[in-house]
Amino acid sequence: MKVAVLKGGSSLERGVSLRSAARVEDALGELGHEAIGIDVGAELVSRLRAERPDVVFIALHGPGGEDGTVQELLEILDLPYTGPGVAACALCMDKVAAKHEIRAAGIPTPDWAAFNATAFRELGAADTLEEIEERLGFPLVIKPASQGSSLGVEFASSRDEVPQALVAAFSYDDRVLLERHVKGRELAVSMLGSESLPVVEAIPREEDFFNFEARYEIGRTEYVCPADLGDEETGRVQELATRTYETLGCSGFARVDLMLGDDGPQVLEVNAIPGLTDTSLFPMAAEAAGIDFTELVGQILESARLRHQVAATSGRPA
Amino acid sequence: MTERSEQQGQPERPSEPRRRRAHTTSRDLERYAGLFARRTQVMRSSAMRDLMAITARPEVISLAGGLPDTSTFPADSFAAQMTRIAHESSAEALQYGPTEGFEETKACILEVMGAEGMAPDPDDLIVTTGGQQAIDLIAKTLVNPGDPVICEAPTYPGAVPTFCSYEADVHQVSTDDEGMRIDELEELLGAFATAGRRPKFIYSVPSFQNPAGVTMSGERRRRLVELAREHEVLICEDNPYGLLRFEGDPEPTLYSLDGGDYVLYIGTLSKILSPGIRIGWVAAPPPVLEKIGLGKQAADLCTSTLTQYFVREYFAEGRWREYINDLVEIYRDRRDAMLEALEHHFPEQAEWTHPEGGLFVWATLPDYIDTTDLLAKALRENVAFVPGRAAYVDGRGGSSMRLNFSASNEEELREGIRRIGSVVSEQVALYETITGELRAEPEPDDDDSGGEVVPLPKR
Repeated sequence: MKVAVLKGGSSLERGVSLRSAARVEDALGELGHEAIGIDVGAELVSRLRAERPDVVFIALHGPGGEDGTVQELLEILDLPYTGPGVAACALCMDKVAAKHEIRAAGIPTPDWAAFNATAFRELGAADTLEEIEERLGFPLVIKPASQGSSLGVEFASSRDEVPQALVAAFSYDDRVLLERHVKGRELAVSMLGSESLPVVEAIPREEDFFNFEARYEIGRTEYVCPADLGDEETGRVQELATRTYETLGCSGFARVDLMLGDDGPQVLEVNAIPGLTDTSLFPMAAEAAGIDFTELVGQILESARLRHQVAATSGRPA
Repeated sequence: MTERSEQQGQPERPSEPRRRRAHTTSRDLERYAGLFARRTQVMRSSAMRDLMAITARPEVISLAGGLPDTSTFPADSFAAQMTRIAHESSAEALQYGPTEGFEETKACILEVMGAEGMAPDPDDLIVTTGGQQAIDLIAKTLVNPGDPVICEAPTYPGAVPTFCSYEADVHQVSTDDEGMRIDELEELLGAFATAGRRPKFIYSVPSFQNPAGVTMSGERRRRLVELAREHEVLICEDNPYGLLRFEGDPEPTLYSLDGGDYVLYIGTLSKILSPGIRIGWVAAPPPVLEKIGLGKQAADLCTSTLTQYFVREYFAEGRWREYINDLVEIYRDRRDAMLEALEHHFPEQAEWTHPEGGLFVWATLPDYIDTTDLLAKALRENVAFVPGRAAYVDGRGGSSMRLNFSASNEEELREGIRRIGSVVSEQVALYETITGELRAEPEPDDDDSGGEVVPLPKR
């Protein structure tokens, strides 16, 4: 098969994407496929039209590649692609919309408030900060509504730190989310097809929170997979992740991030296209389930083809 | 599925070389991690590096680099020199050379050092693979794990990983418009003496410092050299930009003030000829130089013979000063364009340095703006700079940025600064809105200014 691997782009996670893609391209080679790497840009559509790949493997992270934009283009071009569809990607990338959906489905997620910069500039949103702070308490997590990889995630441990944290988060997106901090263990459940893989726990070695830097560097964060949870707890966490994945309409693969606090697990967000680098959690979870990276790529590819076939036979216009 | 994958996992393409193993499993990573030397734990990559992956895209105006402009170097003369080398010295130019470098290369170096008033013995020189190797070799020669090393704050971002890789205990001394604060240095040296510890060396870029663009005053230079003697501490003077002075009188180098007893001098042709040829050097007292030479032998045996031949030819032409003068003209105009644009586009809460030479301006924003975060916003506007934190070992510098003016033309510089200025202004306005409203809440304690205008922290 001829497989186009979409990578790079202008997202802030370009570097991560290139690393994910390099591994995927190697795995495709081992599977005997022809991998064509495409650094996405203005020539994306013309390249795809010229190459006519059998499947498109989307190894993009962040806005543009993970938010449904590229997926929409691939729908129009009628090309099978990996990972969740347009709607699910759009939902996952928008943490606010995703939290509304999740909560409506009865899945626990930490309390939050969300604003865009305009609300502060034109609607006096700053007047509500005190109420928000009282309701959510400290420390307060402040994060851009649409970035992956904990880019721009800030902690405010007191009122004084809130304005600066807001300004920082607004550097990454025009909308930010203030969220109640859940004290507890940081867990990630990788979903492959409709199955949940073993739970990964991330234990930061230095910082309170594992930041963008630590997440991609060997040795800065300790990962345990399968996480040291009881069978019952593991089941509960996996079940919650599965429900979240289904609620947001995901398919193919995705990663659900949760916090396990005193009140049980709470869902933070879903990454529609989780990282596939050497240090990424998703391949780690697959490995713990006995699926090596090459096989993982093979399965993801297969699910993309199947989804496309099902869509075609169900009469979707080509 | 598994079975099929396994079958497909054995493609029959025996002649094709394998590029890289796809199976880098987490177990593999753990295994490697177990083999890593302890010093790799302090060798840090940064989030910035990931963000920097975007700056390579053509639509981005990058003020983040530290590149000289090599586009004006006369291609004809480059071609003629290399042709001559190929015709006349092919075998020698393709051969290994002496570890300390060719005498002919040293003669060129003496010309360059002479232009700044220094006249070392050729035997006090070793040619290195760029100034960066000189920093590495000096650290390799002098630093045991945990040894204190003193440098400026901010310091050359490329020196930090070098010092860290030798597990130096890096201490930073503030700088102001006159360079390193010698009073602060004196205090620090005193504290070390009291504690019975001895810093190995003081690393300084005294002229048109990278990243701050400031130049150490003559008085401080003299005092610094005195202090080094008093405390028997070496100074590592890194002077890549000294000849790129746009205005004002040059200050004497630390090396010339000291006479070469306590100063290890690092020079390079990177900024006055080409960084691609990788020619730098160290001038040091013979006992130190000998160890550095052994270190270099272990590192790479010798600096590229081919480029040393090129340097020889280039200097023989006798136009190297002219070329520097051309660069100075170009860079002066670019600096002016950048300073003018900063004046025009940066909010009044920002401050920046006014370099008399070199390649960089250092701008400092109100302390509630983190320039690493700001870079993310700037990249969305297709412009890049170096966040200040890279120039510190201790997390300071968060609200500063390094701006390079040598690698972009004036139009790009104006546009780049306009874009950065606009994202800065946006963040300043946002902060004022947020805090302005906060302060309007009844908070009698700190509301004595009338509560309307919030005084912004200025640095």
